[in-house]
Amino acid sequence: MARETAAHKAVSVIRAAPRAAARSAQRVGAAIRRSAVAARGAALRQPPGPFQPRFWRSPLRGRWLTSLLGLVLLVGLPVIAITGLLSYAAYNPRLHGNDQTPGATLLKFFLFSWPTHPAWLYRVDQGVHVTLGLALLPVVLAKLWSVLPNLFSWPPVRSPAHALERLSLVMVVGGVLFEFGTGILNIQDFYVFPFSFYTAHLYGAWVFIAGLVVHVALKFPKMMAGLRSRSLRRELRTPLAATQPEAPDPDGLRTADPAPPTVSRRGMLVAVGGASLALTALTVGQSIGGWTRRTALFAPRGLSAVAPGALPVNHTAAAARITAADTGPAYRLVVKGRRTMTMSLTRHQLMALPQRTAVLPLACVEGWSYSAAWTGVPLTELARMVGITQPAAALVESLQPGGPFRSVTLSAGQVSDPRSMLALCLNGVDLPPDHGYPARTIIPAAPGVHNTKWVNKITFMAAQ
Amino acid sequence: MRSLSRAIRVWYGARPLHLLTLLAAFALAGYALRAVVLAHQWRGFAVWFIVAIIGHDLLLFPLYSLADLSARRLLPGWAARGGAARPGAAASGQPLVPVINYIRVPAGFALLLLLVWFPLILGLSAASYRRASGLATDPYLWRWVAVTGVLFALSAASYALALRRASARARRAPATAGPGKPTVL
Repeated sequence: MARETAAHKAVSVIRAAPRAAARSAQRVGAAIRRSAVAARGAALRQPPGPFQPRFWRSPLRGRWLTSLLGLVLLVGLPVIAITGLLSYAAYNPRLHGNDQTPGATLLKFFLFSWPTHPAWLYRVDQGVHVTLGLALLPVVLAKLWSVLPNLFSWPPVRSPAHALERLSLVMVVGGVLFEFGTGILNIQDFYVFPFSFYTAHLYGAWVFIAGLVVHVALKFPKMMAGLRSRSLRRELRTPLAATQPEAPDPDGLRTADPAPPTVSRRGMLVAVGGASLALTALTVGQSIGGWTRRTALFAPRGLSAVAPGALPVNHTAAAARITAADTGPAYRLVVKGRRTMTMSLTRHQLMALPQRTAVLPLACVEGWSYSAAWTGVPLTELARMVGITQPAAALVESLQPGGPFRSVTLSAGQVSDPRSMLALCLNGVDLPPDHGYPARTIIPAAPGVHNTKWVNKITFMAAQ
Repeated sequence: MRSLSRAIRVWYGARPLHLLTLLAAFALAGYALRAVVLAHQWRGFAVWFIVAIIGHDLLLFPLYSLADLSARRLLPGWAARGGAARPGAAASGQPLVPVINYIRVPAGFALLLLLVWFPLILGLSAASYRRASGLATDPYLWRWVAVTGVLFALSAASYALALRRASARARRAPATAGPGKPTVL
C-alpha cells in the first residue's frame, strides 16, 4: 500500500517551486499558483506536526528494525500467553468454586486436570510468565517506538480494509499495554485497577491474542521480507560512522527525511537487549531462590524478602485477620468424610498422626517461589480416617473470615498424591503464623493460593 | 463467485480472506469481552484499555522523545553532525566524543526501572504490599537511587576512557584530516 499520497506530492511540488522559479520567470507564476493550490490541499488533507511524514526524523526506523523486534516478540509473546493460560488451568477452574473468572466457556476448551508431577511445574510456568514478561517490556516499547509514525498516517482511513486493520491494532497495542500494565502492577500489590485482576488479565489476554494472531497473519510476509532486507551480522559490525538509514519502504516505516544518526543500529539493539537482560537479572532471583534471591534488587520477593530463617508469603496472618484465639488451644481441625464420619482434631492430635516430610516448592502466581521441607499428615491418611480410600475431591477451608481463596477444591489427583499433605512444620520447626499455623495444605505443583493456610476444615468426597 | 470476490476487493480494499481473518479476530475478542461485561467490569476494563494506548502513544512516547530531543539540543556536540568523533573537533568547541549516548543509556535504564517498579520505589503500594508480604517498601527507593548512581558512574568512567582514547588518537595523527576512527556505542 503506497503511502505516496497526494499530500506527499504536494510537499515535493512546494520544494520544487524555487528551482522552477530560477529556471524561467514565466514559470514562476504557474509554480506559485501550483504550490498555493498544493499547500491548500496539503493543509486540508494533512494536518501539521506528527501527521507530516517529515516530522519523523530518526534514521534508525525502518522495516528491518521493526521486523527484527517483531520477530523477538513473535517468539516471546506466545510463550507468555501460553504460560499464562497454563497458569489458569493450574487453578483447576472446572472444580466447584475454583473459577475466579466465570463465563466464556468456549475459551476454556484447553483446560485439563492440573497434574502434581513434576512438582516444579507451576514454579517454572509462572517464573517464566512473569520474568519473560518483564524481560520483553523493553522490546515491546522499542517495537512500538519503531512503528509509532504509522499512528499518524494520513489519511487515517484509506479503505474499509484499512479501517478494520487499524481497529485490530487497538487489540494488539491496547492488549499488550493492558496485559503488561496490569501484570506489573499486580506483582507489586498495587491494586489500583477498578476490576478483578483475574478477570481482566485473562480476558484482556484473549483480546490481545485475537489481535496478535490477525496481526501476525497479515504482517508475517512483510516481516520476513523486512528481515531479509538487511543482514543482522553486518548490522552488528556497523559502527555509528557507517550507519545509514534503511531503504524506503511502502509502509513508510523509514522516514522521508532521516536525520544524521546519533547511535548505531547495533547500539540501539545492544541497549534494548541490555535493558531486557538487566531487568531479568534484577528479578529472576525471586523465582530461583537460594542465594540468587539477593540479586533480585527490585523484585517484590527478592532481596527484600531475604531474612534469616524466613521465607516469603503472599498474605500475612494479620491481613487474613487470624487471631491468637483462633490458633490457640481452642483450634480444631474438622475432617468430614462419608456421611456420618466426622472427626475433630487438636493440633496435638494431628502431630501424633503418621507424619511425612517432603521437599516441595511453593510458587506464587506473582512469579516468586521457594523450595522448602514440609512435614505433616498426608491427605490420603486423613481421608482414610474418615472412611474414604479413593478420594474424588476435597474441599479445604481456612480460618480466615473472607478472601477469594478462603476455600479451595482439590482434584482427585491432588488429594491422592502421596506428597500432598496437611503440613504442620516448615523446615523442621512449627509453621510460622504467616505460613499458616496451626496447619496448612501443601499440594505439589499447585498455585500458591491453592496451598490453603490456617486450615480448619477438610471435606473429602468419595469416588462414586 | 469470482465476480463477488472482485466486488469485495474493489469495495473493501483487500482480499476476502483479509476480511474473514479480521472478522474472526473481532468475534473472538467480542466473545472474551462478553465475559467481562457479564462480570460487570467492562467500564473499568474499557477505560484502562484505552488509557493504556493513550498513555503510551500520546503521553509516554512524546515525553521521552521530548526529553531525548532536549538533551541532544542542550548538550555540547549537537552540531557535530552525526555525533562521530572528529580530530580537531575540540578546537572548534566540540567535544572529541559526543556525550549524548553516555547520558541516554544510564538515564534510559534508570527510567525504565522506575517505569516498572514505581509502585514499590515510590511506596505507592506500601500498605497493600505490607499486608501481603509483611515487608516495607522503604528500601526500594534507595536501591533505585543507588543503581541509578552506579549506572551514571559507570557511564562517566567509560566516557572518560573514550575521551582519552580519542585525544590520544587525535595527537597521534594531527595532520590527517577527515573523519577519525569513529567512537561507537
